[in-house]
Amino acid sequence: MKKFISGNEAVVEGALIAGCTFYAGYPITPSSEIASHLSVRLPQIGGKFIQMEDEIGSLAACIGASLCGHKVMTATSGPGLSLMLENVGMAIMAEVPCVIVDVQRGGPSTGLATKVGQGDMQQVRWGSHGGYPIIAMTPSTIEEVVKFTIEAFNLAEIYRVPVFVMTDKVIAQLREDVDLDSLQNYPITNRKIAGSSEEFLPYRAETVTDVPAMSPFGGPHLVRASSTTHDQHGRPTSDPEKIAFKNERLFRKIQDNSDSICQYQSDLMPEAEALVVSFGISARSSLQAVAEARAAGKKVNFLKLLTFWPFPDKAVQDAARGVKKVIVPELNWGQAAVEVERVLGSQIDVIRINKTNGLIIQPEEILEKL
Amino acid sequence: MIKGRYEARFSAVGGQGVLLAGDILALAAQKYEGRFAVQSPTYTAQVRGGPTKIDVIIDDEPVVYPKTTAIDFFLSMAQGSYDAFFYDIKDDAIVVIDPNLVPKWKEGYTTYRVPIIELTKVQIGKMVMSSVLSLGIMVELTGIVSKEAVEKALLDKAPKGTEELNLKAINIGFEQAKLLKAGK
Repeated sequence: MKKFISGNEAVVEGALIAGCTFYAGYPITPSSEIASHLSVRLPQIGGKFIQMEDEIGSLAACIGASLCGHKVMTATSGPGLSLMLENVGMAIMAEVPCVIVDVQRGGPSTGLATKVGQGDMQQVRWGSHGGYPIIAMTPSTIEEVVKFTIEAFNLAEIYRVPVFVMTDKVIAQLREDVDLDSLQNYPITNRKIAGSSEEFLPYRAETVTDVPAMSPFGGPHLVRASSTTHDQHGRPTSDPEKIAFKNERLFRKIQDNSDSICQYQSDLMPEAEALVVSFGISARSSLQAVAEARAAGKKVNFLKLLTFWPFPDKAVQDAARGVKKVIVPELNWGQAAVEVERVLGSQIDVIRINKTNGLIIQPEEILEKL
Repeated sequence: MIKGRYEARFSAVGGQGVLLAGDILALAAQKYEGRFAVQSPTYTAQVRGGPTKIDVIIDDEPVVYPKTTAIDFFLSMAQGSYDAFFYDIKDDAIVVIDPNLVPKWKEGYTTYRVPIIELTKVQIGKMVMSSVLSLGIMVELTGIVSKEAVEKALLDKAPKGTEELNLKAINIGFEQAKLLKAGK
């Protein structure tokens, strides 16, 4: 049966389908309903919910619980995300699966607590120091929020990384249909667990794309998890060869698999003259504009990014083939547009539509540029 | 039944309960009438007292753009929220205001002036029911969903023990709207 739920409730449903058993968080508008619902739902299935003292502690608790074998999630908004960044780096380096939901609101700083924004897209890519790849999903419907929350858990488990689900104030609180029954059997992936009899190395890897098997704290093995650059035993190392291997592996386990990680919806027409590229709530404004433009006889391609990081370079190249202009509507000052420009170089005119007044983009604002 | 995209906006100040009224309307359309619906709230950082609104879009096909662009029905229970949210209103829209709380309104629309708060106080006695009463007025005036559908959705959302009071409130709304339609 179809359920009528909000985006924040959809995150909860997706997390529970994926097998989430631990949530630590600190409430912040417009994400708080996620915590509030999970505080009821997780204890019902034997899971754990904890409200922490702040967002730094929240992600720290998630990292600890994940290392104990839980599937974990936290949710926040921009100001809380800023506090979490130090531990995002920890999760990257120690290779800890976790899901972080960022319900974006208007920024910068405390910004607009109750209004929409999409200004955190580059922050999740570059926010923690040192350089690393990241995975971030950008659903735009309630059904996609459920699916891509599940996907986020799957990818976190496969690659031992933090994965971001990037929603926003409007998606989080609008309600619409979703067929939850049909999503109950969505494919679920679990982390690779080391056998109890084998000799265990916490960061065992043969090649630069390997993802080491895990063993939970309290299990049969001595486990080390370290944020310091380490060897395969998890011990600090200053050996240039070992350092290079670790760092290249952190990068390439994501980069070499970006084709299978990246998801998007591409709706292309022969002899299209323009392309609209968008994501999240702005993709809904874009889709409406594209439908109206086509109804008026215009030939327009549409590309909706469902994975924002790794950025789907090839999908953008394919969708832009032959067009004269590319329009990128978003609720920030061009965080997707800079990626589109990087991919396409100077060969095609990239037109930015940027809005940061707390409202979503109206289809007419896009139609004017088509 | 009204076909095609239909847009309704309920506005008030935080605490009056209009977000829930919109939620119930959307649920009635989606769950009990098999249509597509989206509801999208706007509120401020204040817990109570800030201007709030909820936009409900009902359509025969999935709603792509989830915000209103041409509003068919507008209701307001506060001057501040009327002033803030009276835009994108169609010329032939139905407008309902509480004249005790919205003394200044724009001419040129089919505007019904209903003392919603006074009615709630006198006939129900619980101010929290004013938004349910408003919803009853809306449904009877517009026919956008059936009365049966909205009653079922209301019962889905009503906390245990308040079912009877909620049904009473929505029926007072229905009756009030019948009087309005009859020009009384």
